[in-house]
Amino acid sequence: MAFTNEQLERYSRHIILKEIGVKGQKKLLNATVLIIGAGGLGAPAALYLAAAGVGTIGIVDADTVDLSNLQRQVIHTTNDIGKRKVDSAAETMRAVNPDVTVNTYYDFVSSANIMDLIKDYDFILDGTDNFPAKFLINDACVMAKKPLSHAGIIRFKGQLTTILPGEGPCYRCIFKDPPPKDAVPTCKQAGVIGAMGGVIGSLQAMEAVKYITGVGELLVGYLLTYDALKMEFHKIKLPPRGKGCAVCSDAPTITKLIDYEQAACELKH
Amino acid sequence: MTIKVAGEQKQMADGITVAGLIEAEQVENPQYVTVSVNEEFIDAGDFASHVLNEGDEVEFLYFMGGGR
Repeated sequence: MAFTNEQLERYSRHIILKEIGVKGQKKLLNATVLIIGAGGLGAPAALYLAAAGVGTIGIVDADTVDLSNLQRQVIHTTNDIGKRKVDSAAETMRAVNPDVTVNTYYDFVSSANIMDLIKDYDFILDGTDNFPAKFLINDACVMAKKPLSHAGIIRFKGQLTTILPGEGPCYRCIFKDPPPKDAVPTCKQAGVIGAMGGVIGSLQAMEAVKYITGVGELLVGYLLTYDALKMEFHKIKLPPRGKGCAVCSDAPTITKLIDYEQAACELKH
Repeated sequence: MTIKVAGEQKQMADGITVAGLIEAEQVENPQYVTVSVNEEFIDAGDFASHVLNEGDEVEFLYFMGGGR
Protein backbone atom coordinates (compact mmCIF):
# COMPACT_ATOMS: atom_id res chain seq x y z
CA MET A 1 0.00 0.00 0.00
CA ALA A 2 1.52 3.29 -1.08
CA PHE A 3 0.58 6.55 0.56
CA THR A 4 -1.16 9.20 -1.49
CA ASN A 5 0.26 12.72 -1.31
CA GLU A 6 -2.74 13.68 0.77
CA GLN A 7 -2.00 10.90 3.26
CA LEU A 8 1.67 11.88 3.45
CA GLU A 9 0.54 15.36 4.36
CA ARG A 10 -2.24 14.28 6.71
CA TYR A 11 0.00 11.95 8.70
CA SER A 12 3.22 13.98 8.34
CA ARG A 13 3.50 14.64 12.10
CA HIS A 14 3.32 10.91 12.74
CA ILE A 15 5.61 9.94 9.89
CA ILE A 16 8.31 12.34 11.07
CA LEU A 17 8.41 10.59 14.47
CA LYS A 18 11.20 8.03 14.28
CA GLU A 19 9.15 5.64 16.46
CA ILE A 20 6.20 5.75 14.04
CA GLY A 21 7.44 6.59 10.55
CA VAL A 22 5.87 5.27 7.37
CA LYS A 23 5.89 1.76 8.80
CA GLY A 24 3.98 2.69 11.93
CA GLN A 25 1.47 4.75 9.98
CA LYS A 26 0.81 1.76 7.72
CA LYS A 27 0.22 -0.36 10.82
CA LEU A 28 -2.33 2.20 12.03
CA LEU A 29 -4.11 2.24 8.65
CA ASN A 30 -4.30 -1.55 8.70
CA ALA A 31 -5.45 -1.76 12.33
CA THR A 32 -8.90 -2.38 13.75
CA VAL A 33 -10.06 -1.00 17.11
CA LEU A 34 -13.42 -1.56 18.81
CA ILE A 35 -14.65 1.20 21.11
CA ILE A 36 -17.43 0.11 23.48
CA GLY A 37 -19.39 3.18 24.59
CA ALA A 38 -19.56 6.39 22.56
CA GLY A 39 -19.55 8.65 25.59
CA GLY A 40 -17.19 10.46 27.94
CA LEU A 41 -14.26 8.10 27.33
CA GLY A 42 -15.22 6.77 23.92
CA ALA A 43 -15.74 10.20 22.35
CA PRO A 44 -12.19 11.55 22.72
CA ALA A 45 -10.71 8.10 22.09
CA ALA A 46 -12.68 7.77 18.85
CA LEU A 47 -11.69 11.26 17.68
CA TYR A 48 -7.97 10.67 18.26
CA LEU A 49 -7.99 7.19 16.75
CA ALA A 50 -9.87 8.43 13.67
CA ALA A 51 -7.52 11.39 13.33
CA ALA A 52 -4.55 9.02 13.71
CA GLY A 53 -5.76 7.01 10.74
CA VAL A 54 -6.71 3.77 12.48
CA GLY A 55 -8.13 2.05 9.41
CA THR A 56 -11.19 0.43 10.92
CA ILE A 57 -12.96 1.63 14.04
CA GLY A 58 -15.99 -0.16 15.46
CA ILE A 59 -18.23 1.70 17.88
CA VAL A 60 -20.84 0.09 20.13
CA ASP A 61 -23.58 2.02 21.93
CA ALA A 62 -27.32 1.55 22.44
CA ASP A 63 -28.04 5.13 23.44
CA THR A 64 -29.12 8.34 21.73
CA VAL A 65 -27.48 11.74 22.19
CA ASP A 66 -28.96 13.68 25.10
CA LEU A 67 -28.39 17.33 26.02
CA SER A 68 -26.76 16.24 29.31
CA ASN A 69 -24.11 14.29 27.33
CA LEU A 70 -22.65 17.34 25.59
CA GLN A 71 -20.75 18.62 28.65
CA ARG A 72 -18.17 15.87 28.01
CA GLN A 73 -18.98 13.73 24.96
CA VAL A 74 -17.12 15.92 22.50
CA ILE A 75 -17.78 13.78 19.42
CA HIS A 76 -21.47 14.81 19.46
CA THR A 77 -22.86 18.30 18.85
CA THR A 78 -26.04 20.11 19.77
CA ASN A 79 -27.45 19.26 16.35
CA ASP A 80 -27.00 15.55 17.12
CA ILE A 81 -29.44 15.48 20.04
CA GLY A 82 -31.82 12.56 19.56
CA LYS A 83 -29.55 10.78 17.07
CA ARG A 84 -28.10 7.37 17.80
CA LYS A 85 -24.73 7.97 19.41
CA VAL A 86 -23.08 5.45 17.10
CA ASP A 87 -24.34 7.36 14.05
CA SER A 88 -23.38 10.74 15.43
CA ALA A 89 -19.91 9.43 16.36
CA ALA A 90 -19.47 7.76 12.97
CA GLU A 91 -20.39 10.98 11.12
CA THR A 92 -17.82 12.97 13.09
CA MET A 93 -15.08 10.37 12.63
CA ARG A 94 -15.70 10.20 8.87
CA ALA A 95 -15.64 13.98 8.69
CA VAL A 96 -12.33 14.08 10.59
CA ASN A 97 -10.75 11.42 8.41
CA PRO A 98 -12.29 9.82 5.31
CA ASP A 99 -9.53 7.16 5.40
CA VAL A 100 -11.30 5.50 8.31
CA THR A 101 -13.93 2.79 7.90
CA VAL A 102 -16.40 3.05 10.77
CA ASN A 103 -18.57 0.11 11.79
CA THR A 104 -21.51 0.94 14.05
CA TYR A 105 -23.26 -1.41 16.46
CA TYR A 106 -26.43 0.07 17.97
CA ASP A 107 -26.62 -2.36 20.86
CA PHE A 108 -25.75 -3.05 24.49
CA VAL A 109 -22.97 -5.55 25.03
CA SER A 110 -24.12 -8.81 26.59
CA SER A 111 -22.89 -12.37 26.93
CA ALA A 112 -24.87 -13.12 23.76
CA ASN A 113 -23.06 -10.66 21.46
CA ILE A 114 -19.71 -9.69 23.01
CA MET A 115 -17.57 -12.50 21.59
CA ASP A 116 -18.93 -11.81 18.12
CA LEU A 117 -18.37 -8.06 18.49
CA ILE A 118 -14.73 -8.29 19.54
CA LYS A 119 -13.60 -11.15 17.31
CA ASP A 120 -12.56 -9.09 14.27
CA TYR A 121 -10.76 -6.34 16.18
CA ASP A 122 -7.09 -6.04 17.15
CA PHE A 123 -7.64 -3.90 20.25
CA ILE A 124 -10.66 -3.25 22.47
CA LEU A 125 -11.28 0.01 24.30
CA ASP A 126 -13.74 -0.03 27.22
CA GLY A 127 -15.59 3.26 27.48
CA THR A 128 -18.66 1.92 29.29
CA ASP A 129 -20.27 3.41 32.36
CA ASN A 130 -21.27 0.44 34.46
CA PHE A 131 -19.71 -2.51 36.24
CA PRO A 132 -21.68 -5.31 34.58
CA ALA A 133 -20.34 -4.15 31.19
CA LYS A 134 -16.80 -3.62 32.48
CA PHE A 135 -16.65 -7.14 33.95
CA LEU A 136 -18.25 -8.66 30.86
CA ILE A 137 -15.76 -6.92 28.53
CA ASN A 138 -12.81 -7.94 30.71
CA ASP A 139 -13.88 -11.58 30.85
CA ALA A 140 -14.62 -11.74 27.12
CA CYS A 141 -11.26 -10.18 26.25
CA VAL A 142 -9.45 -12.63 28.56
CA MET A 143 -11.30 -15.57 27.00
CA ALA A 144 -10.71 -14.35 23.44
CA LYS A 145 -7.15 -13.18 24.28
CA LYS A 146 -7.89 -9.66 23.03
CA PRO A 147 -5.84 -6.69 24.24
CA LEU A 148 -8.01 -4.28 26.24
CA SER A 149 -7.78 -0.78 27.58
CA HIS A 150 -9.94 -0.59 30.70
CA ALA A 151 -10.83 2.76 32.25
CA GLY A 152 -13.19 4.36 34.72
CA ILE A 153 -13.96 7.95 35.67
CA ILE A 154 -15.95 9.60 38.44
CA ARG A 155 -16.11 13.16 39.81
CA PHE A 156 -12.54 14.54 39.54
CA LYS A 157 -10.86 11.15 39.30
CA GLY A 158 -10.04 8.64 36.62
CA GLN A 159 -8.00 5.48 36.18
CA LEU A 160 -6.93 3.06 33.49
CA THR A 161 -4.98 -0.10 32.88
CA THR A 162 -4.03 -2.05 29.79
CA ILE A 163 -4.74 -5.76 29.80
CA LEU A 164 -2.82 -8.21 27.64
CA PRO A 165 -4.45 -11.55 28.44
CA GLY A 166 -1.90 -14.19 29.36
CA GLU A 167 0.77 -11.55 30.00
CA GLY A 168 -0.45 -9.14 32.67
CA PRO A 169 -3.18 -8.92 35.28
CA CYS A 170 -6.80 -8.35 34.24
CA TYR A 171 -9.56 -6.21 35.76
CA ARG A 172 -10.82 -9.18 37.76
CA CYS A 173 -7.35 -9.69 39.28
CA ILE A 174 -7.89 -6.28 40.93
CA PHE A 175 -11.63 -6.48 41.60
CA LYS A 176 -13.06 -9.97 42.11
CA ASP A 177 -16.72 -9.15 41.50
CA PRO A 178 -18.84 -6.13 40.63
CA PRO A 179 -20.06 -4.17 43.64
CA PRO A 180 -23.77 -4.60 44.44
CA LYS A 181 -25.87 -2.26 42.32
CA ASP A 182 -25.96 1.30 43.62
CA ALA A 183 -23.24 0.54 46.21
CA VAL A 184 -20.69 2.59 44.27
CA PRO A 185 -22.03 5.73 42.60
CA THR A 186 -22.16 6.21 38.84
CA CYS A 187 -21.29 9.44 37.00
CA LYS A 188 -24.98 10.14 36.64
CA GLN A 189 -25.43 9.98 40.39
CA ALA A 190 -22.11 11.53 41.43
CA GLY A 191 -21.14 13.75 38.48
CA VAL A 192 -17.94 13.88 36.50
CA ILE A 193 -15.86 16.80 35.29
CA GLY A 194 -16.11 16.94 31.50
CA ALA A 195 -12.40 17.11 30.75
CA MET A 196 -11.84 13.88 32.75
CA GLY A 197 -13.16 11.87 29.80
CA GLY A 198 -10.74 13.80 27.61
CA VAL A 199 -7.75 13.00 29.82
CA ILE A 200 -8.47 9.32 30.39
CA GLY A 201 -10.06 8.58 26.99
CA SER A 202 -7.04 10.16 25.27
CA LEU A 203 -4.72 7.98 27.35
CA GLN A 204 -6.72 4.95 26.21
CA ALA A 205 -6.28 6.07 22.59
CA MET A 206 -2.55 6.49 23.30
CA GLU A 207 -2.34 2.91 24.54
CA ALA A 208 -4.18 1.67 21.42
CA VAL A 209 -1.74 3.55 19.17
CA LYS A 210 1.26 2.21 21.12
CA TYR A 211 -0.07 -1.34 20.95
CA ILE A 212 -0.70 -1.11 17.21
CA THR A 213 2.65 0.44 16.38
CA GLY A 214 4.61 -1.56 18.99
CA VAL A 215 6.13 1.61 20.41
CA GLY A 216 7.10 2.12 24.04
CA GLU A 217 5.84 0.37 27.16
CA LEU A 218 2.18 -0.37 27.64
CA LEU A 219 0.35 0.16 30.90
CA VAL A 220 0.30 -3.59 31.50
CA GLY A 221 0.66 -4.58 35.14
CA TYR A 222 -0.10 -1.07 36.36
CA LEU A 223 -3.18 0.93 37.28
CA LEU A 224 -2.64 4.60 36.48
CA THR A 225 -4.81 6.87 38.56
CA TYR A 226 -5.41 10.59 38.05
CA ASP A 227 -6.70 13.01 40.65
CA ALA A 228 -7.54 16.32 38.96
CA LEU A 229 -8.03 18.25 42.21
CA LYS A 230 -4.58 17.33 43.51
CA MET A 231 -3.27 17.33 39.94
CA GLU A 232 -1.56 14.03 40.61
CA PHE A 233 -0.96 10.96 38.50
CA HIS A 234 -0.07 7.81 40.42
CA LYS A 235 1.07 4.56 38.86
CA ILE A 236 0.21 1.56 41.02
CA LYS A 237 2.20 -1.59 40.32
CA LEU A 238 -0.14 -4.59 40.27
CA PRO A 239 0.73 -8.10 41.41
CA PRO A 240 1.48 -10.56 38.61
CA ARG A 241 -1.35 -12.02 36.55
CA GLY A 242 -3.68 -14.72 37.53
CA LYS A 243 -2.79 -15.42 41.15
CA GLY A 244 -6.15 -16.79 42.22
CA CYS A 245 -7.99 -14.80 39.53
CA ALA A 246 -11.33 -16.41 38.70
CA VAL A 247 -10.99 -15.69 34.99
CA CYS A 248 -7.34 -15.25 33.98
CA SER A 249 -5.53 -17.76 36.21
CA ASP A 250 -4.33 -20.98 34.63
CA ALA A 251 -7.22 -22.80 36.34
CA PRO A 252 -10.12 -20.35 35.95
CA THR A 253 -13.39 -20.91 37.80
CA ILE A 254 -15.24 -18.53 35.46
CA THR A 255 -15.35 -20.14 32.04
CA LYS A 256 -18.67 -18.73 30.85
CA LEU A 257 -19.61 -15.08 30.42
CA ILE A 258 -21.82 -13.57 33.11
CA ASP A 259 -24.56 -10.95 32.64
CA TYR A 260 -24.58 -9.17 35.98
CA GLU A 261 -27.65 -7.23 36.96
CA GLN A 262 -27.51 -3.59 35.95
CA ALA A 263 -28.42 -0.85 38.40
CA ALA A 264 -31.91 0.27 37.46
CA CYS A 265 -30.93 3.91 37.19
CA GLU A 266 -28.30 3.00 34.60
CA LEU A 267 -30.62 1.25 32.20
CA LYS A 268 -31.63 4.37 30.36
CA HIS A 269 -28.31 6.15 30.21
CA MET B 1 6.60 3.72 62.19
CA THR B 2 6.72 4.99 58.64
CA ILE B 3 4.75 3.34 55.87
CA LYS B 4 4.06 4.44 52.32
CA VAL B 5 0.40 4.97 51.47
CA ALA B 6 -0.37 5.65 47.80
CA GLY B 7 3.25 6.70 47.32
CA GLU B 8 3.26 9.09 50.30
CA GLN B 9 5.27 8.53 53.50
CA LYS B 10 3.00 8.45 56.54
CA GLN B 11 3.52 8.00 60.27
CA MET B 12 1.29 5.29 61.71
CA ALA B 13 1.09 3.60 65.11
CA ASP B 14 3.10 0.40 65.44
CA GLY B 15 0.95 -2.67 64.95
CA ILE B 16 -1.67 -0.96 62.82
CA THR B 17 -3.63 -3.39 60.65
CA VAL B 18 -4.91 -2.91 57.11
CA ALA B 19 -8.38 -2.40 58.60
CA GLY B 20 -6.96 0.22 60.97
CA LEU B 21 -5.27 2.02 58.11
CA ILE B 22 -8.50 2.00 56.09
CA GLU B 23 -10.17 3.74 59.02
CA ALA B 24 -7.29 6.17 59.63
CA GLU B 25 -7.21 7.14 55.96
CA GLN B 26 -11.00 7.49 55.82
CA VAL B 27 -11.20 5.32 52.72
CA GLU B 28 -14.40 5.86 50.76
CA ASN B 29 -16.67 2.81 50.43
CA PRO B 30 -14.23 0.72 52.52
CA GLN B 31 -16.14 -2.51 51.96
CA TYR B 32 -15.34 -2.36 48.23
CA VAL B 33 -11.72 -1.23 48.28
CA THR B 34 -8.92 -3.49 47.06
CA VAL B 35 -5.70 -3.22 49.05
CA SER B 36 -2.19 -4.17 48.03
CA VAL B 37 0.74 -4.33 50.43
CA ASN B 38 4.18 -4.51 48.83
CA GLU B 39 2.58 -5.33 45.48
CA GLU B 40 0.47 -8.21 46.79
CA PHE B 41 -3.29 -8.08 47.14
CA ILE B 42 -4.64 -8.70 50.63
CA ASP B 43 -7.88 -10.70 50.94
CA ALA B 44 -10.64 -8.55 52.37
CA GLY B 45 -11.15 -11.22 55.04
CA ASP B 46 -7.58 -10.58 56.25
CA PHE B 47 -7.83 -6.77 56.57
CA ALA B 48 -8.46 -6.94 60.31
CA SER B 49 -5.63 -9.39 61.01
CA HIS B 50 -2.96 -8.22 58.56
CA VAL B 51 -0.49 -6.16 60.59
CA LEU B 52 1.57 -3.60 58.70
CA ASN B 53 5.30 -3.26 59.17
CA GLU B 54 7.80 -0.42 58.93
CA GLY B 55 8.47 0.42 55.29
CA ASP B 56 5.40 -1.36 53.89
CA GLU B 57 4.00 0.11 50.70
CA VAL B 58 0.22 0.18 50.71
CA GLU B 59 -2.07 1.02 47.81
CA PHE B 60 -5.83 1.43 47.79
CA LEU B 61 -7.55 0.54 44.52
CA TYR B 62 -11.05 1.88 44.03
CA PHE B 63 -13.94 0.96 41.82
CA MET B 64 -14.61 3.60 39.18
CA GLY B 65 -17.65 2.73 37.16
CA GLY B 66 -18.17 5.82 35.05
CA GLY B 67 -17.21 6.32 31.44
CA ARG B 68 -20.15 7.45 29.37
